[in-house]
Order: sequence, then structure tokens, then C-alpha cells
Amino acid sequence: MRWEETVVEEATADKEDTSAPETVVQSSVPQPKDDFQEELVIRPLHSGDIYASFQFRTLWETDFMRGNKVSHYRLFPKSLGQVISKFSVRELHISFTQGYWRTMQWGQPFLPSPPGAELWVWFQDSVTDVDGTWKELTNVLSGIFCASLNFIDSTNTVQPSASFKPLGIGNVTDHRFLRYATLPREIVCTENLTPWKKLLPCGSKAGLAVLLKSEKLFHSSFHSQAVHIRPVCQDWQCKTTSWELRQTLNVVFDLHTPGQGKLEWSLFKMFSRTLTEACPLASSSKIYIDITDDPQGEQFEVSPATHLLSQAMVLGDRRTFSVYDLTQQITFGTVRSLNLLIRWKSSEGYIHYQPSKDRVRPHLLEMLVQLPPNSVTEVTVQFERALLKWTEYTPDPNHGFYVGSSVISSLVPSIVAMDTNSTREQPLFSSFFPCKEESSYFMRVYTEPLLVNLPTPDFSMPYNVICLTCTVVAVGYGSLYNLLTRSFQIEEPSPGLAKRIANIIRKMRGVPPL
Amino acid sequence: MAAPLTLLLLVAVTVRAALYRSSLADLISERVEVVSPLTAWKRVVEGLALLDLGVSPYSGDVFHETPLIIYLFHFLVDYAEITFMLADVITAVALYLSVKDYNKQVFRKQKYALEADRYPLDCLELIRSPKEMQYIPLKVAMFYLLNPFTILSCVAKSTCGLNNAVIALFVLSTIKGNSRTHSSPAEGNSIYPLTLCAAALLYLLQRQYIPVNLRRFSFWWFVAQYAFMYLGSLFVIVGLSFFLLGSWDFLPSVYGFILSVPDLTPNIGLFWYFFAEMFEHFRLFFLCVFQINVFFYTVPLSIKLKEHPVFLIFMQLAVISIFKSYPTVGDIALYMAFLPVWSHLHRFLRNIFLVSCVLLACSALFPVLWHLWIYAGSANSNFYYAITLLFNVAQILLVSDYFYAFLRREHHLSHGLYLKRKDGSEATLVLK
Repeated sequence: MRWEETVVEEATADKEDTSAPETVVQSSVPQPKDDFQEELVIRPLHSGDIYASFQFRTLWETDFMRGNKVSHYRLFPKSLGQVISKFSVRELHISFTQGYWRTMQWGQPFLPSPPGAELWVWFQDSVTDVDGTWKELTNVLSGIFCASLNFIDSTNTVQPSASFKPLGIGNVTDHRFLRYATLPREIVCTENLTPWKKLLPCGSKAGLAVLLKSEKLFHSSFHSQAVHIRPVCQDWQCKTTSWELRQTLNVVFDLHTPGQGKLEWSLFKMFSRTLTEACPLASSSKIYIDITDDPQGEQFEVSPATHLLSQAMVLGDRRTFSVYDLTQQITFGTVRSLNLLIRWKSSEGYIHYQPSKDRVRPHLLEMLVQLPPNSVTEVTVQFERALLKWTEYTPDPNHGFYVGSSVISSLVPSIVAMDTNSTREQPLFSSFFPCKEESSYFMRVYTEPLLVNLPTPDFSMPYNVICLTCTVVAVGYGSLYNLLTRSFQIEEPSPGLAKRIANIIRKMRGVPPL
Repeated sequence: MAAPLTLLLLVAVTVRAALYRSSLADLISERVEVVSPLTAWKRVVEGLALLDLGVSPYSGDVFHETPLIIYLFHFLVDYAEITFMLADVITAVALYLSVKDYNKQVFRKQKYALEADRYPLDCLELIRSPKEMQYIPLKVAMFYLLNPFTILSCVAKSTCGLNNAVIALFVLSTIKGNSRTHSSPAEGNSIYPLTLCAAALLYLLQRQYIPVNLRRFSFWWFVAQYAFMYLGSLFVIVGLSFFLLGSWDFLPSVYGFILSVPDLTPNIGLFWYFFAEMFEHFRLFFLCVFQINVFFYTVPLSIKLKEHPVFLIFMQLAVISIFKSYPTVGDIALYMAFLPVWSHLHRFLRNIFLVSCVLLACSALFPVLWHLWIYAGSANSNFYYAITLLFNVAQILLVSDYFYAFLRREHHLSHGLYLKRKDGSEATLVLK
């Protein structure tokens, strides 16, 4: 494991000061030194999304402002070099963004940008007509990037006086030379990505830029591509300066599979490509995976594993990264392609459920869950209302029945070290729950009880109900009894009352009836 | 006959499939008239979930089906809708075939009786002709499949549909002549179809021309054989359930539940309110009375109807559906499917108009009064109870009416249709 301690002035990665001249040309003109680096930072986000940030930096030790025009462009794109020299640009920052960065869910981006197009430029102090130059510059840039930057005019241009100070060297801070414009309506599409990719030394044919395929990149929650040009110091004393061109692309992919939770991300899943080689023109080609939230590899695992680790101070926070060096052939392994896989490990929950038995025992549901931070977890239980025997209701049945509170017991990490020695002299209010470890304390939360209204039978009716139901059963019994025990007979009409009495007397006398 | 039956099956399956896809399916599966604690689909799902969690499904009080059902649905839970539609189709086809066979036998017996000159001369209009009997099997299948009660029961995925299918297969195999092994699955799911074995026994005796004479050895020998086979297959089913589950837990949960009625959820039967308002002292006594009431009619009905075992099956099914502890509309649909078989009795039915009006009105009032009691709160449980009582009285009247008409027709067939009194005027028949 090799730990690199690096300190960065502004945003991200380690800055290597090596320049790698590829050819040694025997000529009188000293060859300007240029250098190209590419990197990709992948940061898994809490919500299961993934944030990928590409940065391509070209450093060129040259002077555009001198008299002799620069003619031999190697790593630095010619179109941008001509723009800088023609319009006397000191700093140029342009970004095209689609989507809005959700800080609450995703944290801070490495390079923030507003939705739409944003362009801010510091001109050299030798420019006399800044507005005219600005207009021409926007037109030329709209041609280079295939964007409608020509809509930038005095109606959407401002000269900020306090913010947007130069990011590179230079102590001219007269805000007359600063122009800032934003077009929030501008949409980003493949036509903007293609010229952007063309500015790269390797194009989109080798190195990290092969991953930049528009069908996947634009199928994301957030997509931002930018170009930043500024003069920087080459060394600590700033004796020589060079021009820095940074092309950055930030993209956030989200996973739209409800109910599955976090699964896995891979380079192929994000970009539908894998890496086969680094850009040959690059002096450094690295992939950084942010493992600060999971240093022990408990929550997610990255494969293929790497033993290179790096730490960096980013946005006021020290973060740890796993590093993949693409200039080394061993990274690509035997299959000669690299497809990084980030898989979330599912934590085994524990559920203990004891169903209830009527009039014997209640329900018991115990769940051991790991709650992700800044999230809402809902537990729902379906229930049915039952009718009870009339004696099982309380004297005030219409008040309802109470369901006891739920209990949440948790070990909460504490910011102060807790005292594990329970025999020490402590006030009573702090010594109830035993403290087993220093870094967390025990907490129990009770929810509100639930009042459930159950349907009630009519309590005044027991005798009536028994009578009525038994009547119905008797109706059934009676009809079937009649039909089962009796047979059909012809009905003879019965004689009148007088005749019947006479028949009775006759029967007593032994005389045949009437 | 196959083409109209196929058309009928297609229509029935289409109606059920359309209802499954609509939003009514959830509503219907909550209705207490259609599902009971014994047959609810939600409880089957709960039992399966408990089984997956490693807890025995019978440890709680939710699941009351036999282990055979739980293992059947362990494999079929994704195809539940198709299973229930298939169960309805099987029931309809089984009833169709059995009624067809029965009609043939009726017609044959009638022919012999006519040739033997056993019918009085004036009751020739009571004789049935093949032409009128031709469409009866199709009508039986139609009465079952297109009955709103059956459709509701199928859409709610109530396991009553599966019970009905097993009972219909039992009836079919009885009429075909070898029902000894088919009886126990019917009995495996609830204990009440036990009473059908007497009817099946009588039918088989009749088919084999063994007279029902308590003094003859052949009768007792056949009874012993039948009882042996029946009990044997019953033990096989129970033993299979034991081996599937691994314990005897299911016996108190299934059979104990049916017999002791601990769950008092309202339904269309008579038990729930009666035992909700029962004094504790008399609970066991009335429980025994009500349960004996279901089995009690077996012997008298068998004695009276020993020559007509299929009508006995109908009567038994009706008595079970009315007096069982957790009836649902699916049980009613099964015995109502038999009504077209006795359509020739229509001239002797006395109360049919009243009964059908009451049944229709009660079916419409059930959901209304339930809503008023539970949701609106402006009625109380007595309203729903009253409709339950009325519904059951109407069913009892229907069944006894058909019984009366059947007995009367038999009487006319032996004594003549137009009866005269001693003085020659038209006579009225009464039961005395």
C-alpha cells in the first residue's frame, strides 16, 4: 500500500509537474514543453447514484501574447489557441450543463456549473474595445462548440465586480475586462459533445475519452461539460508560466429500479464501454474511486481490486481514493480491458415475527435494520378489524382499542467519548443505561400509541339474537321435518261443528257417523 | 354440444379476465360476503410469506387452509388467476358431464317404468322427453359459470372455487361409478362434505343394483368396502398433509377452527352474530347444536331419498351451504348450479317468485348495510344481521320448496295427476 500525501491549492487531483516531451527536435527554436494528463474520479453517492468526473488537462509553456504567432500545435488544440491569441483572452471559462445539481442528495461537485450555458472571460488589459471583442469572441465560440452562444449580447452580459476573480495568475482585477454571460435555456446535446471531444489530443479514440459516448452520457440525471483556459505558474517561484487548458465533464447516473435498492455499477453499465489502453500522449492516466465513506470495504466492494491508495484534501475534507493507473499494463490484466465494478453489499437484516393467536398471544415483530443516513424508512403493516364476543369489549367500547407503542432501540454514535466505567461516581440521570463502548450510546424511542375503532355488536341484544337465529334454524328444521315425516294425502273437507259433535256422540253410542 | 360449451367457457373466462384487470378486483377481494377467514386469498399469501420466513403458517391465527393448498400455491402463486379460472372451468365441465350422464340414466329408468306400465294414465304430461332434457347440461354449466356469485368468488381469488372444483369432480366420479377415492380431497378442505359420502354410497348401490335392505349381506359388504376405501383415502390425505408440513399443527388450525368458530368476522351465515352475543355459559352447548345441525339431516334425507341419490346430493350441498360455519357466496353458487336439473318441477313450486325476489334484494342490500354499519356509522350490526337472517330464510325456503315439488311429483307419478275426492270434486293435497 502506498500512501501519497498531497496538498492541492484548489479542486482535486494531484498535480504532477513532469512534462514529457516526446520528441527531441534539433532546431533553433526551443520546443515548448507541453503535457497532457487525464483522470476520472468516480464517487458512489448515498442514494445509489454514481458521480463520474472526467478531467483532461493540457499544460503548454508558451506565450500567445508575443509577437510571433504560434504555429506548431501539438497537444493544445489549435482552434482554442487561435481564439486566445486573436481576442487577447487571459482566462476563458465556458460550461454547458443539463440538469440541476442536487446538493442535498449528492454533496458538492468538484466543478460546479449552472444549468444551461455559462461563459465568463477575463481579457488582457491591452484590449481597448472589450465589448466588441466580447461579441466577436462569443460568435467564434458558438461556431467552435456548435452552441447558440451568439445569443449572448448586452441583454445577458454583466461585469461582476466582486466575484469571478481570475482563477489563474495575473493581478489585474479591473472588472472592466471581465465579462460574464449565462444562457439558462441552452440545451446540451451530442452536437456540443462532439466538438468538445475533438479538442482532446487523443480525441475519443484512446484513453479515458473512449468512455464518452453520447447515448449513455445524455441518459443521466446531470451532465456538464466545460472548458477552462487560464495561465498558471510552472514552479513555486512563478518564474515561468504556462497555459493550462482543462476540459471537464461531470455526469451523475441514477438507477431507476424501484424496490431493488443499490445494486452495482460498472464502467460498462455507465458508459457501455470498457477501457483498453491509456492515451499514448498522456503522461498520467488514472482512475480514482472515492472510498472515504467505506474505508474497510464493508458497504461496497470494488473489483478488480487495487492496492494503490491515495488521499487528497477536497473541499475542506480529506478523502481517500483507490487508484487505478492506466499507464501500467498490469491494470488491464490478462483480458486487456478494464471494467471497474462497484457492488453494494447487502446487509443481512434480521426479522423475528411471531404471529398472534386469538385470545392467547399478541403479534410480535422485531426487525434489525440498518438505516442509511438522511433517509426516510417506512414500515407498513396490513391489518383487519375483527368482531369480538360481546363480553370481550370494555365498558366503553366506542372509545376504541389501544395498540401499544412501537419501540426503536439504537446505538447512536456519540461525538464525545463515553465513560465505560459504570462504577464511577456519576449523577443518577446519566447512569441508567449501561455503556459498553466509548463511541456510542444507547437510546430508546417510543412512538405514539394507536387508537383503533372496532365495530361493535349491539350489546342490548343477546337474548333477541339467540331467539331470532334459533327461529331461522327452526324454520329450516321444521320445513324439512314436515317434508320428511309426512306424506301427501287427499284432504277431505271437515264437517261443520254441529255435525262433529253429533259424530262424537254417535261414536260413543257405537252408531256409524253421519 | 361441445361448441356451445366451448363458447360458454370462452365467455366466462373473458368476463373473469376483464374483471381481474379492472380496479374492482381489489374491492371484491375485501368483501366479507365473498371471502371468509377460511378462504381468503390474502391469508394464503400471508401463509406463504410466513413459510418463506421460516415460521410455521399455523403458528398464528391467520392461515386456515390445509397444507396441500399451501404447497400447491407455493408453485402456482404467480399463476393464481389462471388457477382460479381453471378451477371454475373444471367445475363447470364436471357438472356438465355428470348431469349429462344423470339425464341418460333418468331417461332410461323412465323408459323401463313406462314399459312396465307403472305410471297412471293421466300423468303422462309429467313424463320427461329427451328434447326438453337436451339443453339441461349446458344450462347447468351456464348457471354455474355466469352466476354473479361465482364470478365474484373467482375474481376475489377465494379458495372456495377450488373446493367447488373438488366437489364437482367428486360428483362426476360418483355418477360415473367410481367415487371411492375421490371423496376425501373434498373432505380434506373442510369437514362438511363428509355428508356427501352417504349420497354417493346410495348412488353406487343403486348403480350396482344392490337393494338397500338392512338385512341383506350384500348391502353391508358394499357399505364396508366403501367405508374402508373412503377412510383409507382420508387417512392418506391427512398423512400427506402431515408429511408436507412436518407436524400436526394443521389439525387444530383447520378442523378445530371450522368446528369451534373462534373467529367472528361477519359473513352471510348464522354463526357469527349468534356466537358474538352468546352467553359464555352456553357457548359450548350451542356450538355443538349448530354443528350437529349440519350433519343431522344426512340420515333422514338418505332414508327418504334413497331412490333418488342425485337429489340427495343437491339437498346435502344446500344444507351444508346454508348451515356451515363460514359460508360464502361461492358455496351457494354450487348448489344453485343444480337447479336447471329440476326445471321440470316448476309447476309444483309454490314460493319461487317470493324467494327469488328476497334473494335478489338481500344480495343488493348486503353491501349497502355493511357500508352503513362500518363506514358511515349510521346503522349498527343489527341491520346486517337482519339481512343475513332473511337471506338464509330465503335459501331455506328455496331448498324446501324444491324438496316439496320433488316429493309431490313422485306422489303424482305413483297416484295420478288429477286426483279426485270421494265426492268426485277436485282434490287438494296436503302433507299429513
